[in-house]
Amino acid sequence: MAELTNRERMQIQRQEMPTQEPEARVGNFDEVALGLTWELARLEAERCLQCAKPHCVDGCPVGVTIPQFIKALREGDFEGAVRAMQQKNNLPAICGRVCPQESQCEAYCILAKRGQSVAIGRLERFVGDYSIRENSNPPVPAPPTGRKVAVVGSGPAGLTCGMDLAKLGHKVTIFESLHLPGGVLIYGIPEFRLPKSIIQAELKKAVDYLGIELRTDHVIGNTYTLDELLEEYDAVFMGTGAGLPSFMRIPGINLNGVMSANEFLTRVNLMKGYRFPEYDTPVKVGRAVAVIGAGNVAMDAARSALRLQTLHAERQRLTAADEPIAAGEVHVVYRRSRAEVPAREEEFHHAEEEGVIFDFLTNPIAILGDERGNVRAMRCIRMELGEPDASGRRSPMPIEGSEFDMPVDTVIFALGTSPNPIVFTGAQGLERTKHGTVVADHETGRTNKPGVWAGGDVVTGAATVISAMGAGKRAAADIHRFLSDPASEEGRSKKED
Amino acid sequence: MYKILEKQVLSDVTKLMVVEAPHVARKARAGQFVIVIADEQGERIPLTIADHDRAAGTITLIFQEVGKSTQQMGELDVGDGFYSVAGPLGHPTEVELYGTVICVAGGVGIAPMYPITRELKAAGNHVITIMGARNKSLLFWEEKMRAVSDELIVCTDDGSYGRKALVTEPLKEILAARAAGGDEVKKVWAIGPTIMMKFVSAATAPFETPTVVSLNTIMVDGTGMCGGCRVAMTDGAKFVCVDGPEFDGHKVDWDNLLSRIQFYKAEEQQAIEHWQHAEDHECNLDVAARELAASGES
Ligand SMILES: Cc1cc2nc3c(=O)[nH]c(=O)nc-3n(C[C@H](O)[C@H](O)[C@H](O)COP(=O)(O)OP(=O)(O)OC[C@H]3O[C@@H](n4cnc5c(N)ncnc54)[C@H](O)[C@@H]3O)c2cc1C
Ligand SMILES: Cc1cc2nc3c(=O)[nH]c(=O)nc-3n(C[C@H](O)[C@H](O)[C@H](O)COP(=O)(O)OP(=O)(O)OC[C@H]3O[C@@H](n4cnc5c(N)ncnc54)[C@H](O)[C@@H]3O)c2cc1C
Ligand code: SF4
Ligand code: SF4
Ligand code: FES
Repeated sequence: MAELTNRERMQIQRQEMPTQEPEARVGNFDEVALGLTWELARLEAERCLQCAKPHCVDGCPVGVTIPQFIKALREGDFEGAVRAMQQKNNLPAICGRVCPQESQCEAYCILAKRGQSVAIGRLERFVGDYSIRENSNPPVPAPPTGRKVAVVGSGPAGLTCGMDLAKLGHKVTIFESLHLPGGVLIYGIPEFRLPKSIIQAELKKAVDYLGIELRTDHVIGNTYTLDELLEEYDAVFMGTGAGLPSFMRIPGINLNGVMSANEFLTRVNLMKGYRFPEYDTPVKVGRAVAVIGAGNVAMDAARSALRLQTLHAERQRLTAADEPIAAGEVHVVYRRSRAEVPAREEEFHHAEEEGVIFDFLTNPIAILGDERGNVRAMRCIRMELGEPDASGRRSPMPIEGSEFDMPVDTVIFALGTSPNPIVFTGAQGLERTKHGTVVADHETGRTNKPGVWAGGDVVTGAATVISAMGAGKRAAADIHRFLSDPASEEGRSKKED
Repeated sequence: MYKILEKQVLSDVTKLMVVEAPHVARKARAGQFVIVIADEQGERIPLTIADHDRAAGTITLIFQEVGKSTQQMGELDVGDGFYSVAGPLGHPTEVELYGTVICVAGGVGIAPMYPITRELKAAGNHVITIMGARNKSLLFWEEKMRAVSDELIVCTDDGSYGRKALVTEPLKEILAARAAGGDEVKKVWAIGPTIMMKFVSAATAPFETPTVVSLNTIMVDGTGMCGGCRVAMTDGAKFVCVDGPEFDGHKVDWDNLLSRIQFYKAEEQQAIEHWQHAEDHECNLDVAARELAASGES
């Protein structure tokens, strides 16, 4: 394409992502967003004005060199695009799919003012998918330094930290309590949003090219303690996330059919429960499901539930002689209004398209059971938004006398999560906040405990993939500084193999 | 892969396996458990660490074949292995010198009770063990138990061996006799089917004898992440995998627990049918799955 003027560039429409049709996709767990074709990607890339002061970069927590990668891309220099990307982001195929772009890079794009920011996330995914497919620019580790680092947790924070350190020549061992690495990417975010094959491809790089040792089935705090790791390793990075679910303190939470989104999603994703009985782990959803909360976790739970209902109804149709059953319904129950929905815009939109019913300004006050201890309904109360409080947020207040019963047989709590405390057993003196998160320096990830760094959700509480990766990167840089400092050589001999 | 180094058939449906898992063996203590996955398609199931050998890097698992996963595991042999073994998980058993104590073990609960009984005895307690099962063929380790107990009572529900009684009968007799004699039983441990632990707790309640039970809930991760193992207690909900697995039997809401462990009953049945059918012919579900896949493609 000949060089365009900015005027011409601004006349190109933002390219839509091809997706599976809603009616079809609720019947499978395949990816919803199919990815831009080269045709569409090139057109989209042409829209970027290559700003001299690119605001988009300010909106990215890791500072991806957005204009550079887009320029290389539209010139057809895919390898160049991959290289530009990898300066800041090891996992573009993942971030391009799951970053809340509308509140990050794309919100800051100069074109956002006109309501049509460059689709940076979609282009990033295009580059990431290319790099996986072509195995382009595989990482090359520096010569071995002889220093050893233990990384606890294999989510985006731990993986990023480990990969950066391994590139610098340090010997990295990642400890993971589950049987598969990836953290929330593997156990939480469903296949239809982030295919497992992508995570596996990225992990393969870590193991094959960087020689990272992956030890699954190791629950740190039990199998080894952090203090024991410190005896063996020169530095330890904690990226154990915020995996502990919370339930509301209302009557009925122990009834059958009430579960955390963590349990539900773990059964579906990590254990492939949607392929039961081919896979052994069962997962049950009823005909009327209520998901409490409206973040990404809630959208993932609601959309997974919808798919399971559809598959179940299909199966019934194919195998049972009796009347075909209707698939059922899934509600998302949220105490605030549409404007406050914290989920990614795209997920909310997809959920709506697929037929998830949203009950805004509604709060559960009790779960009601039948005589067999199964859920039969959820008692709710309507809410209204009060005056803005000191923080400027309008807090929801119950409307007296507005109670009603919503007939449901499954209740899934998708409320906030907090760090799992197991890892703190045998981590003498490590400072934590009253919320249970680890106190660590934002720039370096250093904790108050010598030799221990931390980053990601375990420090911030539930946040985003890209912020966890950013924290892992900054900690890796600081750990490298520490390991390169001759002072850290002290006491090293005892850790030699 | 975690290799199976030894296999013993303790009864028709009870298998013992010594498994190579040095990372677990190095820290394991009585009362703790592991999460095992048989193969890549398998589910995560909790099993108590019945014994361990730190030097050899092995742990001993004893399981009863009750459903698809345990039956499939039972078919594995020496040289085969498990896909995943994670642990040790949960809190170890607390053992002190209490005086006279009673260990009540039912069915496969005999296995996890054995190391606890051994430790109680070693700590100087007077240990009375009551072991029971539905019938003779489900009993094992009588002699091992005898060796670590001061008194041993064996019963079966059907009278095919030992005394014909539920374990709670001798338990009540001993509690009453000792209370009358001013030589109270100081503590009771109970491991076995949930219903048995419920009635043991009910039996000890009038005597106010502290009673420790080891709860078997449904689990997924075993590390506090899912909440699937939660059980209602008089002092709030607890996660069995991280707060337990041992609890004060007098605080457990047994009916809630009994109902929760039934939640996947229909699916468990479906799993076993699917698995048994898969061996000789194609079942409807496979046909359905294939048709589904085909309809998805078109
Ligand atoms: C369902 C769901 C959907 C989400 N969707 C999005 C999205 O669309 N976009 C987005 O940006 N963010 C999303 N998030 C948030 C995002 O996934 C997290 O912020 C991010 O994964 C945090 O990364 P992390 O590396 O800090 O921790 P995690 O990803 O939680 O990884 C921590 C790892 O540590 C392991 N671990 C924990 N304790 C131990 C221990 N004691 N020993 C050994 N290993 C241990 C865990 O098993 C886990 O594998 C979502 C979260 C969930 C749950
Ligand atoms: C901490 C802990 C330690 C355990 N230790 C042992 C052990 O050492 N040896 C052993 O044989 N079993 C043990 N169990 C029970 C064991 O985990 C289950 O028997 C197993 O998960 C059943 O799997 P399955 O697929 O074969 O049967 P399923 O098809 O899942 O179940 C078949 C039958 O068993 C019941 N059941 C299902 N899950 C459990 C469960 N977790 N506990 C009790 N009953 C269940 C069901 O109600 C059903 O009637 C333990 C459980 C826990 C929580
Ligand atoms: S990493 Fe996320 S925030 Fe940064 S440029 Fe890529 S999509 Fe945008
Ligand atoms: S702000 Fe928008 S137009 Fe400008 S460089 Fe960034 S992506 Fe391109
Ligand atoms: S098994 Fe998941 S929290 Fe206990």
